Amino acid sequence: MNFTEYVRQLPQGSMGRQQSLWTRVHIDPYLFVALLAVALGGMVVLYSATSGDLGAVYRQAVRFGIGFLVMIVVAQFDPRWFQQWGGTVYLVGVLLLVAVVISGTQAMGARRWLQIPGLIRFQPSEIMKLAVPVMMAWYVSRYGLPPRYRDLLVSAVLLMVPVALIIQQPDLGTSLLIACSGLFVIFLAGLSWKLITSFVLFAIAMAPVLWIWVMRDYQRQRVLTLFDPNADPLGAGWNIIQSMTAIGSGGLRGKGFMSGTQSQLDFLPESHTDFIIAVLGEEFGFIGAVALILLYCVIILRGMLIAVRARDNFCCLLAGSLTLTFFIYVFVNVGMVSGILPVVGVPLPLVSYGGTSIVTLLTGFGLLMSISTHQRT
Amino acid sequence: MLNSSLDNREKERRLFLSRMTAAFILVALLLMTLLGRLFFLQVVENERHEARSQTNRLEVLPIPPIRGLIYDRYGELLARNEPSYTLSVVVERADDLESLVQQLSDLVEITGEQEARFFDRVRGYRRPFEPIPLKVRMSETDIARIAANRIFLEGVQVDAELIRQYPYGEEFAHVLGFVGRINQEEVRKLDVGAYAGTRFIGKQGIEREYENALLGVPGFQRVETNARGRIIRVIEKQAPKPGANLHLYLDRELQQFAYNLLGDQRGSIVALEPETGGILAMVSNPGFDPNLYVTGFSTELYNALRDSPDNPFLNRAIRGQYPAASTIKPFLGLAGVDKGFVTWDYSIQDPGYFQLPTDDRIYNDWKRGGHGRVNMRKAVAESCDVYFYELAYKMKLEAIHEVYDQFGFGKETTADVYNPFNGINPSREWKRNRYGFSWYAGDTINLSIGQGYMLTTPMQLAIATSVMANRGKWMTPRLLMHSNDQALLDAIPEPPPDVHLNDDSNWDRMHLAMQDVVQGSRGTARASGMGATYDYAGKSGTAQVIAIERDENNEPVGNVPEQFRDHAWFMGFAPLKNPRIAVAVLVENGGGGSSVAGPLTRELFDFYLSRDLKQ
Repeated sequence: MNFTEYVRQLPQGSMGRQQSLWTRVHIDPYLFVALLAVALGGMVVLYSATSGDLGAVYRQAVRFGIGFLVMIVVAQFDPRWFQQWGGTVYLVGVLLLVAVVISGTQAMGARRWLQIPGLIRFQPSEIMKLAVPVMMAWYVSRYGLPPRYRDLLVSAVLLMVPVALIIQQPDLGTSLLIACSGLFVIFLAGLSWKLITSFVLFAIAMAPVLWIWVMRDYQRQRVLTLFDPNADPLGAGWNIIQSMTAIGSGGLRGKGFMSGTQSQLDFLPESHTDFIIAVLGEEFGFIGAVALILLYCVIILRGMLIAVRARDNFCCLLAGSLTLTFFIYVFVNVGMVSGILPVVGVPLPLVSYGGTSIVTLLTGFGLLMSISTHQRT
Repeated sequence: MLNSSLDNREKERRLFLSRMTAAFILVALLLMTLLGRLFFLQVVENERHEARSQTNRLEVLPIPPIRGLIYDRYGELLARNEPSYTLSVVVERADDLESLVQQLSDLVEITGEQEARFFDRVRGYRRPFEPIPLKVRMSETDIARIAANRIFLEGVQVDAELIRQYPYGEEFAHVLGFVGRINQEEVRKLDVGAYAGTRFIGKQGIEREYENALLGVPGFQRVETNARGRIIRVIEKQAPKPGANLHLYLDRELQQFAYNLLGDQRGSIVALEPETGGILAMVSNPGFDPNLYVTGFSTELYNALRDSPDNPFLNRAIRGQYPAASTIKPFLGLAGVDKGFVTWDYSIQDPGYFQLPTDDRIYNDWKRGGHGRVNMRKAVAESCDVYFYELAYKMKLEAIHEVYDQFGFGKETTADVYNPFNGINPSREWKRNRYGFSWYAGDTINLSIGQGYMLTTPMQLAIATSVMANRGKWMTPRLLMHSNDQALLDAIPEPPPDVHLNDDSNWDRMHLAMQDVVQGSRGTARASGMGATYDYAGKSGTAQVIAIERDENNEPVGNVPEQFRDHAWFMGFAPLKNPRIAVAVLVENGGGGSSVAGPLTRELFDFYLSRDLKQ
């Protein structure tokens, strides 16, 4: 028996009798425990980042409650069900994005929200974070792998429409994540290395074009700031200098819970949202930061394992894309806060304060758990 | 079919697995990058970031020292510090400066001038995050209004500080000087550390002369601040060291009396204590209110004072230079007899004019027709010019220059008077350097009556008078009597060498001659000396500003424009035995010394001696 066959056999073999309970309630225990650990640890850091605002922690806990509930509910559905409805949700999502363009609500200089009168305000782009990989995974895997060039072209268009709509809001972070989720699907589906290489070369060649015509001033500023934060230490460079200082001053063991001077004295901007890892790094040191990243590793490795063991191409591609996108979340956020990537608005998954992203992420993990627990019968 | 489908599935599996493996490697590499980056920041570069986070939160704030106080000789406070509330703005913390200032001016009264000055300073050289004052000396109401609206006024602060206050205002303006806001030129020169937190610096007078001692040493507090600069807690504190207190020889009552004595006449009165060299009074009239330099002049007022023909900013006591006129005669006479050019008994017949043998120019006596037979004592008492013309002709320039120099003319002899002028005690070299001409015999003749090239300040004449009263013993003329800073007292320089006479009795005989001026039967100022209950000595002087037509008693003919009238001088000391006060009085364009300055001197002596008798 070769490795592939071994891996394919693994789910059924390893689950055994003891774990059949988890399978029956459609919960992946490894993912569940790791997610819960990140959520609980994240709330401890959040408590400190908000200087002891229990209200904020409570609201975050409620979001996690909703998120985990949605995750468990979603996990009960068979992946086939997502395959069937993915296209519809995608279409609705695109229409909503268009609606945002026409009558969206503006806040903080961006038009991202859709106000349903009498109901909540929400971002249609959050739907697309899941709808895009589902839709792409279905479309690309219809006729087997690797996909035909025609299908690749169509799927590229399917990807570019929502990404373009979100970029113009503008919401660089979300569009980047969605683009990644789609590209991961195409990559995992077996796009030839030749094409990949030529795309990468093309992208590099296009960089100056992007720089000059597509990117906005503030985006260019962020890239420049990355290379020399001290050019404008009180302006554009402030965030990144302060977050690097916060992380760096934490040292190996950190300054202790609630004792980070950078975060407690408000030198660190956005300390409870995008820059929360800096609070962790300052107060719990290198050890704390590594602990969190190891938890993320558990989640990512488990996700990759689920993808490898998944029952069909759609499930493989979807699970792989969701997992890799989750990794991108972590990498972009930690990278920007620690000063190796330009500042893009990507929250630290499951730790940053904020409603929709938690629910969306956990819904994604619901999909993963569904894939993990609904094997071929 | 089934087989090929299975084959296909196998291929798909392999493809997907290889892609997942590639992804896994990428993920692993990127995660290593992240961990490496964190390791670099937190372990490798930890110290650098630690230091930066410390400088972020820790700020060292200066605590300005309390400026030293200035007292008169009896411990009366002449310059004090009083609390004042200043409204200032930290420009870096204000969002929209224009609208903030607008908002503030709705709450408290802010003049256009204050606003203009504020914006000047905002645009000019300043330290970042330095509060720029907008309005000083806020009223209680102003403070309350700002406090009530505090939350809407980001970047605005009200600071209590001690500012200088001069309770006697213009009467002491010239001698004490004043402090003013540190200007941009001074900022460049001064020691920034020593002035941390201090906004004022001594500009003139005592405040300037003793600036370093009065300033004190600033203290510091190390505080933890948040990102908006609000102090969270004080970590360490070092108290400032207050400036030295100065006790001056000045006599508050005498100074005020002297200032009011001049009334609305331009002029100066300087009084010294011969025994100590201490300056009892140093008045220049008109004065100005030095408190305005602290709180800020309005431009109109400042311009009016600056452009006033009375020139109130001129400290006439030390920077007004005038011909000494006849007040110089006792000094010249003393040297003349002591060095044997004449004797007390030697006399001349004064025809009312003098002529050099080499020259046909006529040097008139002020009194037409002359004084008749004149000896030294009479020449001093009646201020006979011809007697001194002849004496000067005998003495020649060098001997005259020497005696003037011994009495301190033409040089600075004061220890702690800020920025005085030195007058002119001319010499041959001086004239050649200044005018390119050699010295003429006629110049010597003019010098004998304190005219020509010779110039003196009231301070210099008062000092010379004091040395005369002290029988040639020099005491360093100074303002500082004592201080809690011993170094200041140690820094008082030694006085010039004493004036030694060959015959000490010449002092007494010259004092008697000077007593005749005020208390003799024919003294020029006998009217002012009448009825004095004590013996005193003096000498009048009338300094010509311009040659004008005069009658036989040297009185000007007709109505002379004020600025061309003679300057009135009087110098003297009292009492005659063991003198306690020596004075020089100058009234600019006042007219005759005997008639104008003489009575002022007498009043001053009456006040000083009688008041002392009461004590």
